[in-house]
Amino acid sequence: MKLEDLRDKQKERAASDEELRQALEREFQVIGRRLRRTDGLSKSTGRTVYTDDIVLPGMLHGKILRSPHPHAHIKSIDASRALALDGVHAVITGSDMPVPYGILPWTRDEHALCVDKVRYVGDGVAAVAAVDEETANRALELIEVEYEAVRHYLDPKEALADPETPIHEPHKPGENGNVSKRVHLEFGDVDRLMEGSEVVVESEYYFEGTTHTAIEPHCAIGYYDASGKLTVWSATQVPHYLHRELARVLDLDVARVRVIQPAVGGAFGGKSEPFDLEFCVAKLSMATGRPVKILYTREEVFYAHRGRHPMLMRYRTGADRSGRIKAVDASTVMDGGAYSSFGLVTTYYSGQLVTMPYAMESYRFDSTRVYTNKPCCGPKRGHGSVQPRFAIEVQLDRLAEALGVDPIELRRINSLGSDTRSVNEFRVTSNGFLECLEAVEAASDWTNKYRRLPYGRGVGVAGSCYISGTNYPIYPNEMPQSAVQLQVDRSGRVTVFCGASEIGQGSDSALAYIVAEELGVPLDYIRVLSADTDLTPVDLGAYSSRETFMCGNACIAAARQIKEQVRQAVGEAWGCRSKQVALAGGWAFDVRDTGQRLPISEAFNLAEARFGTLGAVGCYNTPKDIHGDYRGGTIGSSPAYSFTAHVVELAVDPETGFVEVEKIWIAHDCGRALNPILVEGQMEGSAYMGFAEAILEEHIFKESGLHNAPSLLDYKIPTSLDTPEMESLIVESLDPEGPYGAKEAGEGPLHPSIPAIANAIYDAVGVRPDRLPFSPPRVWTAIQARRVREEAGELVLWKREPRETALPVTGD
Amino acid sequence: MLRLHPYRYHRPRELAGALELLKVHAGNVMPIAGGTDLMPNMKHRLFTPGHLVSLKGVEGLYGIEERDGEIWIGACESLTSVASAPLVKRYYPSLAFAASTIANPMIRNQGTIGGNLCLDTRCTYYNQTHFWRQALGFCLKRDGDVCHVVKGGTRCVAAHSADTPPVLITLGASADLASTEGTRTIGVEEFFTADGVWNTARKPHEVVTRVRLPKPPAGLRTSYQKLRERKSVDFPILSVALAVAMADTDTVASISLVVSGLGAKPRTIGQLDDIAAGRQLDAGIIEAVAEQAYRQCHPLANIIVDSDWRRAMVRVYVRRAFRDIQSKSEAAA
Repeated sequence: MKLEDLRDKQKERAASDEELRQALEREFQVIGRRLRRTDGLSKSTGRTVYTDDIVLPGMLHGKILRSPHPHAHIKSIDASRALALDGVHAVITGSDMPVPYGILPWTRDEHALCVDKVRYVGDGVAAVAAVDEETANRALELIEVEYEAVRHYLDPKEALADPETPIHEPHKPGENGNVSKRVHLEFGDVDRLMEGSEVVVESEYYFEGTTHTAIEPHCAIGYYDASGKLTVWSATQVPHYLHRELARVLDLDVARVRVIQPAVGGAFGGKSEPFDLEFCVAKLSMATGRPVKILYTREEVFYAHRGRHPMLMRYRTGADRSGRIKAVDASTVMDGGAYSSFGLVTTYYSGQLVTMPYAMESYRFDSTRVYTNKPCCGPKRGHGSVQPRFAIEVQLDRLAEALGVDPIELRRINSLGSDTRSVNEFRVTSNGFLECLEAVEAASDWTNKYRRLPYGRGVGVAGSCYISGTNYPIYPNEMPQSAVQLQVDRSGRVTVFCGASEIGQGSDSALAYIVAEELGVPLDYIRVLSADTDLTPVDLGAYSSRETFMCGNACIAAARQIKEQVRQAVGEAWGCRSKQVALAGGWAFDVRDTGQRLPISEAFNLAEARFGTLGAVGCYNTPKDIHGDYRGGTIGSSPAYSFTAHVVELAVDPETGFVEVEKIWIAHDCGRALNPILVEGQMEGSAYMGFAEAILEEHIFKESGLHNAPSLLDYKIPTSLDTPEMESLIVESLDPEGPYGAKEAGEGPLHPSIPAIANAIYDAVGVRPDRLPFSPPRVWTAIQARRVREEAGELVLWKREPRETALPVTGD
Repeated sequence: MLRLHPYRYHRPRELAGALELLKVHAGNVMPIAGGTDLMPNMKHRLFTPGHLVSLKGVEGLYGIEERDGEIWIGACESLTSVASAPLVKRYYPSLAFAASTIANPMIRNQGTIGGNLCLDTRCTYYNQTHFWRQALGFCLKRDGDVCHVVKGGTRCVAAHSADTPPVLITLGASADLASTEGTRTIGVEEFFTADGVWNTARKPHEVVTRVRLPKPPAGLRTSYQKLRERKSVDFPILSVALAVAMADTDTVASISLVVSGLGAKPRTIGQLDDIAAGRQLDAGIIEAVAEQAYRQCHPLANIIVDSDWRRAMVRVYVRRAFRDIQSKSEAAA
């Protein structure tokens, strides 16, 4: 094709004169529009390449032998029979990788394979590489491991009280080796203000553990080539941290290690640290010289876990007569499972992240994370704060009832507001919480429903806030948290190189929208190459809702450099000021005369002739010193906070205890919706996930320490038929720090789901389900108990007239 | 992913050939139709036959038709067919409904009525991977000699979990079985035994070839109620099948009530005629029947669900079955 023809093709696709004039009326051309995801078509047509789709020449398959004991010393391992099996290429054990690792540099307490001790049923002990999975499985059966079982702990209270055989060596001699982390922080004089409170409510809440259930199981391929360079493809959400840990554990030069993150089929926090399979594929490849793949079974995904911590939470909340919160006193025991993971941070988050969106005069929390002989808990969507959010929002409902105040009004009274500091000294800038409350109140017709629906039907409300990334990286350093490199082709095509992890949340799409917005190129002229440590500048990964916020800012910074060069070059060519040149709709044009224009590729060519090869880097780092200077004050501080409110409407079947959540109204302050469809998708996905944890999910264990049921048949996540209707109401507070004012939307909208459902159940049938999940037996038992007390005259008949007491009471 | 063990897959075209294969490889062979129960169980190493004999291509195992005053359903008819066949919907709406509640649409397209009849019993300590079962210690249903549900128990209490058999029992259905030794017909009620290890009268070399249902008496009122955690996919954790034969518009002739999903075989609730026969179907009778069912059902912890609640739901779901037939007959009137 001749260059002229190419340009004609581009002109056909570019905006018309009329469209350009309209474009000048708008603040943004791309941002805020309801656009498709850039990866939507390939995903929905099954062409996306996930890690397990990759097959390399000569590739071997690996399997990991797992401990059948919850707590045991490894006395010996004999792999000779496995090695003798035809088709087996290598067997490795813990002694091959003795360097401990952990996502946090302060708590490296895991080994790629256990060295001397196993700490839960499913802990990795040895790994095999063989010609196929069947052979690898047979080889596992031939490995002989001699264990010496020791007392195991499943109950954190027992692990705290009686650490006879501690799961880890104590941090210091004489300390309890079963204590993973303890945090005690107090802001203001809680005891005095509680004492002076006119109303105090107190209760205990239990959050059962849940796991992520990403549909793609973990998978990794390692290839150590003849030149001594290691490449690991992995379904991870933290390629940069994995890169560092691989080099450290395998004792390789980090410059000779490359991590590539192919498309990821869901992560939700469950892939945000290194896992045994990534080290094993690397080491097995080093041993065999061939690529090695390991794909977890679903059962292994349940063992890898890192899901939500079970938490036992005792809360006291005091308020004055008008409902203003005077004091909150929280005490929490967290069941951490066998290792630390992010546990140090989780322990802080369990207290630090509930101080918004409400003003409270004083606040104290005491959280203790305890090791138990179960799969390790870690970060799941809404890391560490979903559990206490359940507690604090039900506390507010109790408070509202004690005061006779509408629970939405109570939240309004206590709203923290914008441009202020929380009780634990976090800087809060934009805050759309009141607008969120208003939105759900109006959309749900709250006023006509609260306490007015018939027995068995109810509405509930809850609010929350969440971080848009953390101010500090996981390992202390002063470098940027995210960076983008742009490369411009003479055709007009722009490639974005960025270390950011697209895990389904849409960060690749967001990068493309930003480049399209800034440089005026059509969306399909943009390629995004992300998360390849050889090719992309560092981004710290998809965790803490930081991706679009941080790489978005980095991308704007890079794109604007190129934009200025293009405008200057075009301005010089036209003899006008560069400010007069706009880039939009596939054109560079004169804002005073839209007839004066050039296809964007020609504009790029002018700029390349004027400045040399076009390209730019941009980066983003967080503002520091926006938190208190007490120990731990940095943990939970974020450049921006998102805010959410939910109203839930549901029906409880009093005969069976089934809770039918009919509708969830979700209002979320995301700063600015870069693409409303993606924001709504995150809001609905979050609310769905919280709903699932409220009603169905239960990550529990049998007495022997075995997972109750590590399968998707028995671990219940809702089907499409179980999923309630959801209505997303976007609130835009235009954050001063976020890209175009955007804040996070991927995790915050989950938080109010659970307490809003709990509060609605109370509105429906007058019982407080303080233990998760709100399964039919629990709700039914609570209803039976209330009926007995109602009949004894200890409680009023809930939303029923006396003649209606003849509702059947079931059971003995 | 979980891998299957090596086996040989036979695809006979004729029943005689299939039965011959089952005989020749006796002890190391299983028939397979839809495979929706057997395949996951093989992945869990609950069965490891060296040979599988596919029934899907076998002539004569298909068709839903009226024959000799009965309705015959070929054993390889899919659950989707059973749920949607006009003959089934006309004569046995509770059977069509029960079939429509099984698992999910994909599994109903694949799974068969014969397979549903032969569904393996289920238990939280049994439907697990080989690794899991080995870690816990094998149980007496497979590879071991202890029961984890009833400590010290010597009888397997895994639960019959199929949806259609309770309904078939209330409808007086029977099943045809074939082997190289000939064919026999057995009532669906007698087809099941109270042994969770192998809860049917089918011998390993026998194949269910068809289900036969007598034409229902005029005015038979039926219902199927299924308790499960989710609205799709899940097996019943309690199921109630009810058929009420009426002497006239208002008077009950007899009641057939089957409760399942709890123990190794569907439980036909006894002593109902004393309560209901010759009387009008009123709230008092319904409560009495529900109470009778409650007394006769004692769920064990073969799944991790509060047993008291599960038992209390027997009453509720029996009541709901009656409420269902009452509302249907009101709608018809």
